[in-house]
Amino acid sequence: MPPILSVRAVAKTYKNGFTALRAVDLAIEKGEIFALLGPNGAGKTTLISIVCGTVTMTSGQVLVDGHDIARDYRAARSRIGLVPQEIALDIFATVWNTVSFSRGLFGKRPNPAYIESLLRDLSLWDKRNSRVIELSGGMKRRVMIAKALSHEPDILFLDEPTAGVDVGLRRDMWTLVRKLRDKGVTVILTTHYIEEAEEMADRVGVIDDGRLLLVEETTHLMRKLGKRRLTLALQHPMEAIPPELAGWSLELEADGQHLVYSFDANAEDTGIPTLLRRLGEKGIDFKDLDTSRSSLEDIFVSLVERAA
Amino acid sequence: MSGPFLNGAGMWAIYRTEMARMRRTIWQSVATPVITTVLYFIVFGGAIGSRIQHVGGVGYGAFIVPGLIMLTLLTQSISNASIGIYFPKFTKTIFEILSAPLSFTEAVFAYVGAAATKSILLALIILATATFFVPVRILHPGWMVAFLLLTAIAFSLFGFIVGIWAENFEQLAIIPALVVTPLTFLGGAFYSIDMLPQPWQTINLLNPVVYLISGFRWSFYGTGDIGVGTSLAFTAAFMAICVALLWWIFRTGYRLKP
Repeated sequence: MPPILSVRAVAKTYKNGFTALRAVDLAIEKGEIFALLGPNGAGKTTLISIVCGTVTMTSGQVLVDGHDIARDYRAARSRIGLVPQEIALDIFATVWNTVSFSRGLFGKRPNPAYIESLLRDLSLWDKRNSRVIELSGGMKRRVMIAKALSHEPDILFLDEPTAGVDVGLRRDMWTLVRKLRDKGVTVILTTHYIEEAEEMADRVGVIDDGRLLLVEETTHLMRKLGKRRLTLALQHPMEAIPPELAGWSLELEADGQHLVYSFDANAEDTGIPTLLRRLGEKGIDFKDLDTSRSSLEDIFVSLVERAA
Repeated sequence: MSGPFLNGAGMWAIYRTEMARMRRTIWQSVATPVITTVLYFIVFGGAIGSRIQHVGGVGYGAFIVPGLIMLTLLTQSISNASIGIYFPKFTKTIFEILSAPLSFTEAVFAYVGAAATKSILLALIILATATFFVPVRILHPGWMVAFLLLTAIAFSLFGFIVGIWAENFEQLAIIPALVVTPLTFLGGAFYSIDMLPQPWQTINLLNPVVYLISGFRWSFYGTGDIGVGTSLAFTAAFMAICVALLWWIFRTGYRLKP
């Protein structure tokens, strides 16, 4: 099956000379949830904006369900819904009117029954006659999502959907995304939280400095990311690792004061209980322990170093 | 090509929302220009006009009616259309318009159509108000409607350009205040331009508003400062310049798309 979204050698240099994207290639399959991960200024929003038509690309080609976004923009855009990072609403309009407006704007006939079910799904039904100005920040964000879904798009873009969002809304958002996926809607989201990508996405793309550094299935990436470290602060510094402990991948750090154990966080058996038992048997005391996980930042650093 | 060739629903959505904005602000939209016009009638038509007998064979009160209507039509067309497109820019909701399956031409038609509708409605309200003060007759109603339409569309296009150009509210207000109002006052809204001293009379021939007011007045009373053909040609030329500018904005994405 051809990809629902195909980005080919898309590059963007803004008028001020800033290059936001350098020849990005990306193919998104129909019905998948794709997370675009990257630090601020990596090019995530620029890429989304180009696909949605709010930013003009410098070079390259984008096909949405086979339709070129430049030549065949009507067909391409009518398939896309966009929830931008910032809340941008006509604050004087009512919820019902602004959502209906979006549907019309995208060329769809009015469908009050659909709008009603959409507003109910997003817990906005009671607020349908309220003006946007009267709503809380979380409610406004729900209105943004309702607008993006008003024309029943095949692809939904969520730019930083959970930045500054409370727990309730975050949970509702994930429920909604799963529901959309069940209906066959492709969801592409950007985030800089690895947990978010981990929880939701089928595949993850890591972008930095306008380059797509990797695209991988989330489970694979998590295995890569899944290295964890257990650091034991020893009572008495050690000169060398005793041979009895050779079965574990141990290292000494901080002049023998720290014993560091690296392990696979996703493994069924981490080996930690037996290691601690063995240490007790050997009479090796420790005063503190700490675990850490290789972060997205570590991955960025290693990826960027490799790219350079 | 698949998908619709014309996004009528999209245009209608914008047009309806723009008209709804007018209803929402009914007092600013209708009452202010009507009150202002009534004041003009009292001051210029009543207080000053009682000392002026006739201009071009028409009573002074009746003489200023076409000028007053044009004054409202120009300022309202520009402010309606410029706010119409500036407001989504300001609130950043413009992203929705830009990402919609809507052509630039369709967006212009919808916004300019709504702005022109509003200003024509206001012009008609003012015309109706005027009949309470002075006897108004319209010799060439067909031409009057033509001038009304052409002017409303041309200046709504101009207002649309101003709205795209403006980066803040000051810039949005400066064109009507610094350019349009002076040009309208100098353009013979309240007098025949041959009453002006030289060299102002000649300089004024560069003022596009002179042609609009003159042509419009001709459609009422059959007399004008300028020939009706010249007036029409000038209005059409102004419209063509606006369309060309909009074409350039569309090609370059000027101040709309980075």
